[in-house]
Parts: sequence; C-alpha cells; structure tokens
Amino acid sequence: MRAYKPKDNLQKKSYHNDRFYIKPTLKRGSVYDDSTFSADYLSLSNIVEITESYIELDHLVIYIKPEDNIKTIEHLKTVRAYDFLVELSAIDYISSRGGFEIFYEMLSTSKRKRLRVKTFIKDGEAIESVENIFRMANWSEREMYDMFGIVANNHSYMKRILMPDDWQGYPLRKTYPLHGDEAAQWYEVDKIFGKEARDIIGPELRDAAAIDRYDTTRFARLGHEVPYGTDISDGNEPDTPIRYQEEGGVALFGKKLVTPFDEIESKNLEERR
Amino acid sequence: MAQHKVNYLADGGAPIALTTVDKIVNFGRSNSLWPMTYGLACCAIEMMATGASRFDFDRFGTIFRASPRQSDVLVIAGTLTKKHAEFLRRLYDQMPDPKWVISMGSCANTGGMFNTYATVQGADRVIPVDIYLPGCAPRPETLQYALMMLQRKIRKEPAKLAQKAKRLI
Repeated sequence: MRAYKPKDNLQKKSYHNDRFYIKPTLKRGSVYDDSTFSADYLSLSNIVEITESYIELDHLVIYIKPEDNIKTIEHLKTVRAYDFLVELSAIDYISSRGGFEIFYEMLSTSKRKRLRVKTFIKDGEAIESVENIFRMANWSEREMYDMFGIVANNHSYMKRILMPDDWQGYPLRKTYPLHGDEAAQWYEVDKIFGKEARDIIGPELRDAAAIDRYDTTRFARLGHEVPYGTDISDGNEPDTPIRYQEEGGVALFGKKLVTPFDEIESKNLEERR
Repeated sequence: MAQHKVNYLADGGAPIALTTVDKIVNFGRSNSLWPMTYGLACCAIEMMATGASRFDFDRFGTIFRASPRQSDVLVIAGTLTKKHAEFLRRLYDQMPDPKWVISMGSCANTGGMFNTYATVQGADRVIPVDIYLPGCAPRPETLQYALMMLQRKIRKEPAKLAQKAKRLI
C-alpha cells in the first residue's frame, strides 16, 4: 500500500518526534500591564470589536474581525500615532482551521511601541485593501495575493508581483509542493518551446545526489570529461588532465629568462685542466 | 618608389606567413570573445572581478559588451529563475552566430542548491551550453580557465562548422 500523505499539507515533516518534548511557549501578559498599550487598547475598543488581545514579547497583539481592518488601521494611524505599517502578510491555516490569518505589523516612532493586528478569513474570502491608508500595503498585498491567493478588494493594481503573470497556483500555501506542481515543473519548456518539446527535453532532475556515470551532460567523473553525446558506455572515457599548453598552439612556457644555478648541467672533466 | 630591391625568395625576405583560412578565422574568433554583460546573481560578482584589473579579462581579448547584438559569448552568471528563462532565450536568440555559452556556477549548471519550484534546473533546459563551469561561486581564475577551454574548443573546430546554428531541440 502507498504511504498516506495528507493532501492539505504537502510540506515536509520532521521524521523524528521526541516523546518528552515540551513545546516552548511565550509568556503572554495582560493588555493592562503596559500603560501605553492599555490606552491604545481602550481607545480602539470603542471603535471596533476586539475578540482577543495580549502582550507578547513587548508587542501588543489584537485580534479583530476582517471587515473592521480599514477602521482599525485608520484609527491606529491617525489617533494612536502608529505611523509605520512595517509588514503585512498571511499565514496558511487551511488544514487546521480552513482559512488564513492575516497580520498587520505596526510601529509607532513617537511612542516607540510595536503592535500587531491579526484577523482571520476563510479560504476563498477577500479582504479590504489598506493601500489608501499606507502606500506600503500596495506591494505587500500584491505579494499576499501572489503567494497565498488572497485578493485585496479595492486595490489599485491587483496583480502577481514575484511569480510570472501566467503562473498557476500559490507557492506559499502548504498545499503547494516545494518542487512545484506539473505546470511549474514544465513552465519554461512549455513557454519557450511548447508542450510538444517535453519529450525531447525530459523531466527535471530533482535528485541532487543522482549520479549517472554514463551521462555525458553531468559531471560524474571530474578529470574524465568527454564532449557532449560521446558514447562512454564501455567505461573507457579518456583522462583529461588540466593542461594550459594546447596542441599546435603558441608556446606558453618557452625558454626561461634566468636558469637557476642547480639546473645548469655540470661538466665532468676527463682529466685535470 | 622603392629605391632598393628586396629579394623576396631569400630567407626572411618575404613578409608572408602561410596558414589556412580555418586557422586565421579561428585565430580572430578565439582571441576576441566578447561576452554579454549578463549577471544574474552572486556569480556576477566573480564575473565582474574577472573583468576588472586584478584578473583582467582584457588580456584575452575579452571585453564585456552591453548588447547581445555585439557579443558572441553568453556567460550565465547566477541563478536562472523560471520567470527569467524566456528572457535568457530571447537574449540568446538575439546574439549573432557564431555564439557560445558558458554556464557559470552550480545554479546555472543544475539549479544548484535551489531545488525549488521557481528555479530552472540547469540552464541547458533552455539554451545549448558549451562549457559547464563548476563552483559556488567559481573563482575568477576558474572563469578564465573556462574561457581558455572555450578558446581551445573554437580553435579546434572548423570555421565553417562554427557558423552552423546550434539547436537545443
């Protein structure tokens, strides 16, 4: 029987699990431990509904509903002086929770505080773009769309940013294999030569440790290289040492300018002069 | 008007050297290999170092050109991504014949350490390659040795054959 592989998570797993391993957890403090964060929290909770909040590693973490993201970011920027949106992206939780967690990492340069806004959307749902509040979100949301397939509504230019426009699939999803799906593995061949060239060019060699001694396109035997396509199946490929002097070429190492003393041939005299 | 007579038949009298057409053509081709300025990743730094004064590509007659129309060697210096593969093919097609390709470094040879969905697993899947240069990244001496091997290859082949377009398929 074939080994079972979960279809919703194709990423490599650790092959060994320690029975007594205790997963390290970060200490989560209350929002009211910090006076600045508690003021931010109370101010924001008047505007939107906050489902969960805590302080972790000096970050205030706030969970909101996805439809409130514009209001939240706007309020944090204009009222609470969080003037930088440092990063914005998503985390794949399709296999466990059926959706994505989107996070907005913010920084206040005047208060010297960092804050993270988190929200959860189901797979296939879209989120409102925050590009009109922070211009930085333009590229980050395009990257989020490129890598996870999450569409940002009212974005000015919702297009792939890293992968080619005709790429299929979203590479950072856990359902996407590392070596790529079929369309990815044949992408350059299909695009340049057409699908009918697949048989001629052949599949990608993905095993980095594969060595075929009789394959003349690889580097199986250093120092025994042969021209492309030469038949070496009899196992007698000639030795090709590193040579700087070529046959019939200009002499690279001609007569020396100075001959060292011990290379001068000595003469043995027959009799005393 | 020449005032004195030259005895052309005497030893050393004639300013003539005898050779074959193949040899003189290959002499010209192999000693003026102009590569395209085409750096893709970190190997490009080594390629620049090879071209600069310490290692000095100019003494091989190798001058980097900024246009595929003026160059006859393509040094693929770095990781070739799948998005870029079509542009590499286009640039290769824009180069006039005869043309040669040096695949520089592990990434261009086999995909190297980037065994992922986004990297072309060997530039020879897209264009025909003459010399595979191992290393990550290869030292400038290695690139110069690869160029010398390419020169040797050019001198060996008949001048007419070199004009025949190479085909991947």
